[in-house]
Amino acid sequence: MTTLAEPRHAAPASEPPKVRMRRKWDKKLYWIATHSVGIAMGVIFMLPILFVFLTAVMSSDQALSSNFWPTEWHFENFIEVFEKAPLLRYFGNSMLYSTLATVGALVSAIPAAYALSKLKFRGQNLFFMLTVAAMMLPPQVTVVPLYDLWVRLGFTGTLIPLIAPYFFFDAFSIFLLRQFFLTIPKDYLEAAKIDGCNEFKAMVKVLIPMAKPGIAATAMFCFLFTWNDYFGPLLYTGETRDSWPLSLAIASFRGMHHVEWNLTMAATALIMLPVIVLFVFAQKSFVKGITFTGVKG
Amino acid sequence: MTSTLDSRAVASPSASTRTRKGNAARRRRTVFYFIAPAMLGFLIFFGYPLIATVYYSFTRYDLINAPEFIGFDNYVRMFTSEPLVGTAAYNTLWLVIVLTVCRVVFALGVASVISRLKSGVGLVRTLCYLPSLAPPAAATLAFVFLFNPEYGPVNAFLDFVGIDGGLWFNDPAMSKPALTLLVMWGSGELMIIILAALLDVPQEQYEAAELDGAGPVRRFWHVTLPSISPVLLFGVVNSIIFALQFFTQAIVAGSAAAGAADVAGNTKFIGAPQNSTLTYPVWLYVQGFRYFNMGYAAAMAVLLFVVSAGFTWILVRQLRKSQHQEEGG
Repeated sequence: MTTLAEPRHAAPASEPPKVRMRRKWDKKLYWIATHSVGIAMGVIFMLPILFVFLTAVMSSDQALSSNFWPTEWHFENFIEVFEKAPLLRYFGNSMLYSTLATVGALVSAIPAAYALSKLKFRGQNLFFMLTVAAMMLPPQVTVVPLYDLWVRLGFTGTLIPLIAPYFFFDAFSIFLLRQFFLTIPKDYLEAAKIDGCNEFKAMVKVLIPMAKPGIAATAMFCFLFTWNDYFGPLLYTGETRDSWPLSLAIASFRGMHHVEWNLTMAATALIMLPVIVLFVFAQKSFVKGITFTGVKG
Repeated sequence: MTSTLDSRAVASPSASTRTRKGNAARRRRTVFYFIAPAMLGFLIFFGYPLIATVYYSFTRYDLINAPEFIGFDNYVRMFTSEPLVGTAAYNTLWLVIVLTVCRVVFALGVASVISRLKSGVGLVRTLCYLPSLAPPAAATLAFVFLFNPEYGPVNAFLDFVGIDGGLWFNDPAMSKPALTLLVMWGSGELMIIILAALLDVPQEQYEAAELDGAGPVRRFWHVTLPSISPVLLFGVVNSIIFALQFFTQAIVAGSAAAGAADVAGNTKFIGAPQNSTLTYPVWLYVQGFRYFNMGYAAAMAVLLFVVSAGFTWILVRQLRKSQHQEEGG
């Protein structure tokens, strides 16, 4: 709209059309020139993903030929990977892990984040700082006794050791939800309480509906983290192929089909795809959530 | 605000102290219900294992036989007689320094370029952020392919420009720099945090600095950097802790480049080439969960805890400071 309106203001009506055309082009070139660094950056960032998808549809010979562009398009590669490995099963495991962990994280973290942001109690600060500390701690620090615990309970080889903790405590979800909840004015909750709601009802009826975008962002981060998780699955399901999620399967896929880089990249593209789709649909929540994790509150 | 006034009006002298005490007890019970699951989870999944790790670090334990107390032997062995833990510590230290500097400087650079764009900020931001969401195992495999010395596109491109591409993941001297490139490519999260901080810098300060005759460089040093320094500190500490727990990319890159048949199944290729990708957490994992030297792995975990707790403390202190500022005004 503006590009159509502007030249009319800028150029007198008597000006010949040729000049007006050139002005338009100048403007476009100017835009490209001033944005070239930004455009170049975006392109460079996308190149690796583009190469993954291009290699995924090459023939296996061409994948070893250092050509960028596929000469023939083998879309059947994507079907072939499902024949080479039980990818559907791995996909199912990944879905199970990520979905249940996300549900668990929300169920346990929403009340905790509510208490941290909207209630006042002794040790509140300490609890918050412990949550931050737990968030920052490398998982390898606590892994020996935890593994020992799950072996004794007989749950290694299953996804239970990965999912169960989320139903109690997920530091990152608590932290992120607290940051979101802090932005919601207390007045609404006070009003609900004057109307006779107890804290629980105020949380369910007032806070949760108001914090929906924040809760959605937290759920997405939790889903993404578990979908991408490699260390946990390697530890607990490493020796039980049937329980492998995609992240673990993908790393072994290449070894199983030695030089077939086209198939390996097809499998890589398949595991990246859900993440890209999720991001395209929920870009704003991601960006907002990320900004909130920077030390702002 | 109105609500507090109302409740005070109702609870004026007529209300007895007993109901007030009852209210306090009820409030405490409510808080308890809200945080009980999280507290329990914290104790089981963080509190207990932290203490137990210290105990296990003084034992010899293989998961089958009962832990046998051996005093400081694990620590002594760690610091004196075992060469690979030194290699692993060196690799991680290398990553802590190089990876942190590269990641933060790169993210700051990209964020400043984006923040200057007049339009298209959303698009460029999206393109730069998307890679950071890629599953690390998949992204690592992609990079092992891209940087393949014979047929990878990166060396093909370098060849085209007339530069001799290296062996990358197959060269002990180049494997860690290649991993650093992979991490920089995926540093979109940090870029967004820094970008948000950059856009928050008050415009008047730039104008004032410009009136005083400050050029772009001085404006960056005297206006931009001081205002975003808390976020930069967050980025630095965050990156250090990220480097301290660097695992997936290292183990996948090492094994995949060496052509390991199955990352989960063998230890032969872990750390390849020549242990250059053997990071501290990877060696901890191998010791504990491949060799079943659980006590030794616990001792390694204690050292990792001490180091990362130090950096976490810096961040928590910073967080508390910014919180006080917010509450204070």
